[in-house]
Amino acid sequence: MTGNARVLTGQHFLMGDVACAEGGLAAGCDFFAGYPITPSTEIAERLSRRLPEVGGVFTQMEDEIASMAAIIGASMAGARAMTATSGPGFSLMMENIGLAVMMEAPCVVVDVQRGSPSTGLPTLAGQADVMQAKWGSHGDYEIVAYAPSSPQESFDLVIKAFNTADRYRIPVFVMADEVIGHTAERVTIPPADQIPRVQRKRPRYAPGDESFLPFRAEDEDLVPPMVHAGEGYRVNVDSLTHDEKGYPATFAEPHDRLVRRLAAKIRQNAHQIIEYEELLLDDAQVVVVAYGCTARSARRAVALARQEGIRAGLLRLITLWPFAGQKVWELSSQAAAFVVPELNLGQMITQVERFTSHPVVGVNHAGGAIMPPEPILDAIREVVM
Amino acid sequence: MRRELRLAGFGGQGIILAGYILGKAAALYDGKEAVFSQSYGPEARGGACAAAVIISDEAIDYPVVTRPDYLVLMSQEAFTIYGPLVNEGGIVIMDRDLVETTTEGERIYRVPFTRLAEELGNRIVANMVMLGALAAATDVVGREAMEESIRTSVRERTVPLNLKAFAAGYDYLAQGEAA
Repeated sequence: MTGNARVLTGQHFLMGDVACAEGGLAAGCDFFAGYPITPSTEIAERLSRRLPEVGGVFTQMEDEIASMAAIIGASMAGARAMTATSGPGFSLMMENIGLAVMMEAPCVVVDVQRGSPSTGLPTLAGQADVMQAKWGSHGDYEIVAYAPSSPQESFDLVIKAFNTADRYRIPVFVMADEVIGHTAERVTIPPADQIPRVQRKRPRYAPGDESFLPFRAEDEDLVPPMVHAGEGYRVNVDSLTHDEKGYPATFAEPHDRLVRRLAAKIRQNAHQIIEYEELLLDDAQVVVVAYGCTARSARRAVALARQEGIRAGLLRLITLWPFAGQKVWELSSQAAAFVVPELNLGQMITQVERFTSHPVVGVNHAGGAIMPPEPILDAIREVVM
Repeated sequence: MRRELRLAGFGGQGIILAGYILGKAAALYDGKEAVFSQSYGPEARGGACAAAVIISDEAIDYPVVTRPDYLVLMSQEAFTIYGPLVNEGGIVIMDRDLVETTTEGERIYRVPFTRLAEELGNRIVANMVMLGALAAATDVVGREAMEESIRTSVRERTVPLNLKAFAAGYDYLAQGEAA
């Protein structure tokens, strides 16, 4: 049922998880290390068969801590590396996600969210890892997180995640959920030469050139060029605060300089990273802000509200992080209220609240099933009354 | 127009594969939008399981089947759970040997899916008999689209048997043998 080609150009009927795996392959992923966990297992399962077919490496690790460490290592050696997990595994990855941030190791982590905390609801949907994606590892840092709302978007966003990871040298997250992961729809895979591919920035210095400082960001984008293990450069890569040479420099000044640069390379480029879809926002009095599977319920709720004559619209977040705060602020000049449905007890709503002084109403469920459109519609009606 | 279908039975009957083939037929070979999802118990075989398929001419927003327009039942348990949930005016097709009921109606079809499959030599293709009956009783997906979807979804060497089973289910209803 699969060919041996890396990019399966054509139309397919795929569940979101399988689409994530095919997105990775199409993006040029050549290394996957993971530990199977419902509801993400189909990603590992698919890649365990497909990666060896195309000359890539699939490794099942002893746990998620090791999985994350392995993809960081593969990344430093030049591979496009990814892993996939769900909440409990995502928690275990957090320490090494911080390591990837500090070492500036580009990599992709797919989190197919299920009901939580802890092992929670293994087979049922949740969206309660979205704050963890931003803040789960200790320290100040910036990452990018995408939220697919269909199998097609799962495919597309994994490709985008690889490109964003390589562009900014960061771990990038694809925050899927059980509903999207286990729902099949048509997925169109373009020809291989039409898959966008961002190349890592490479050093302008030859190996052995002593003026080369591997962690010096010479360009305006604050991203240092990346050397790969085995290319002849002598590079120290350290989790400790390091100077531009990469050597430990555990003092206040270099620490502040490094941490600020790591955050600034995302913050100052946020306008190029942030993505969202706008539906019926032009005249919207009520703006629903939603993402992932819940955005599909929100789309229905907005359509039903329009049928009742309520001017409702949908701001569908494609990037959760960085957050589209500027857009919320702009919408505040015309809209009177915001409704934020989520399969958690109120996480992204805190971000919406930061960018508007209008009422922001949460529609929340702790998870276990996709949210029906009705409670979202009720909230829309309520705020216009 | 949006139409919702539910296929229900127990694990091992190929319900999930049937739902996948149905959704794929609509989405890839019939020019429609389609969503397929599944639910099943913790057991792989023997537990209740159900496939949900939505087929529409337009983009599908909310991907959940609530009151199906077409309901297929392949076990007594499925009948108990899902039987009452069919939409008003909906069509129900059930395995006449596996579901015991006195419910009658012109929109209820009782087809011996499993028995027809056994007559073809392998009860494992009861799900294809069921898809055939579904294609004959409804216009939700074209016959050719369904056959193409079967061809591209099952192991190559089993394609002839699966297509034969599909035809058996189709002919059973198309020839008006249903009581």
